[in-house]
Amino acid sequence: MSMLHTVNKSPFERNTLNSCLGHALPGSAILLIEDGVFGAVEGTAQADTLRAALADRAVYVLGPDLLARGMTAEHVIEGIAVVDYNGFVELTTQYDKVQSWL
Amino acid sequence: MSEPWEEEGPGTIKKFLYVNRKAPYGTIYALESLEVVLIAAAFEQDVSMAFLDDGVYQIKKGQDTKGIGMKNFSPTYRALEGYDVEKLYVEAESLAERGLTEDDLLVPVEVMSRAALAELMDQQDVILSF
Amino acid sequence: MKYGILVNEGPYQHQASDTAYQFAKAAMEQGHEIFRVFFYHDGVNNGTRFAVPPQDDRKIPDLWSEMAEQHGTDLVICIAAAQRRGLLDEGEAKRQGKDGNNIAPGFRISGLGQLIEAGIQCDRMMVFGD
Repeated sequence: MSMLHTVNKSPFERNTLNSCLGHALPGSAILLIEDGVFGAVEGTAQADTLRAALADRAVYVLGPDLLARGMTAEHVIEGIAVVDYNGFVELTTQYDKVQSWL
Repeated sequence: MSEPWEEEGPGTIKKFLYVNRKAPYGTIYALESLEVVLIAAAFEQDVSMAFLDDGVYQIKKGQDTKGIGMKNFSPTYRALEGYDVEKLYVEAESLAERGLTEDDLLVPVEVMSRAALAELMDQQDVILSF
Repeated sequence: MKYGILVNEGPYQHQASDTAYQFAKAAMEQGHEIFRVFFYHDGVNNGTRFAVPPQDDRKIPDLWSEMAEQHGTDLVICIAAAQRRGLLDEGEAKRQGKDGNNIAPGFRISGLGQLIEAGIQCDRMMVFGD
């Protein structure tokens, strides 16, 4: 059984991302949406945390939310895949269940 | 194939986990998520509640809300047992980070490590966060 | 795949309702079924008939009403949360002695059981909130 976790808050605003990463098992996936996309950006104080997670978990970021906030795929940590809403839906079919971290 | 009148039982039973990560009173999530659990009890599913991060404050003893003019709803957590909701899990690290121990809590709970809670989450069918 | 969606926040204040809508739209375009969208906490405010947002921006309650009209999507507003926040359909308004009702087309008011039923019936339960 594997899980898709979504995180919708910036790691600079709340502990949501850290809490998620503390509970996301190896083989699970994390999708950053809404303000959560800031966690996916290279060169921030939080970048190493997510980069480390890539070792045993898949990380995705919702493209439309990135673009809305003035960033592009080029700003994203290497290894994090950018998906759109269709990709979001597809991820929910690829994983057995979804947990939303707010 | 059994006849319709031979089939008994409650039908599908799924593992429902209610994730509580927010403190009470500052927002309504603690109160209204508790209301979900109470209503949900009638559906005879396999229900667990997890208290982690600031959610552990929801079940802290000694809540005196008179000064803020809000209803103290913490006694309701003690009613959960009567609704057959007995699987209350509290994250050890979340307690420790906040200087709390199991003795500070107003209901019987199972304290488990973050790692164990992660495994528990992974076993659930439906996870509701508020 | 059959989806249940829980929307915990009101229109505009948080992105939750927008994200839920975009998700539901994409899921349906891929041939999936949205079994029910359940609005809880401030999410009940998505069902107001009286929103008059600026002309040059999306009209969130209308987007949901249109989804219900075009696809038959079941949009359920939790009665307890609605009562707290003043969302009333005609029946509720009469029962509560209020001089008006404000539910938008396509939404119906019902109990928390509808959320649990969605959790039981659906393959995936999506939660959008704060």
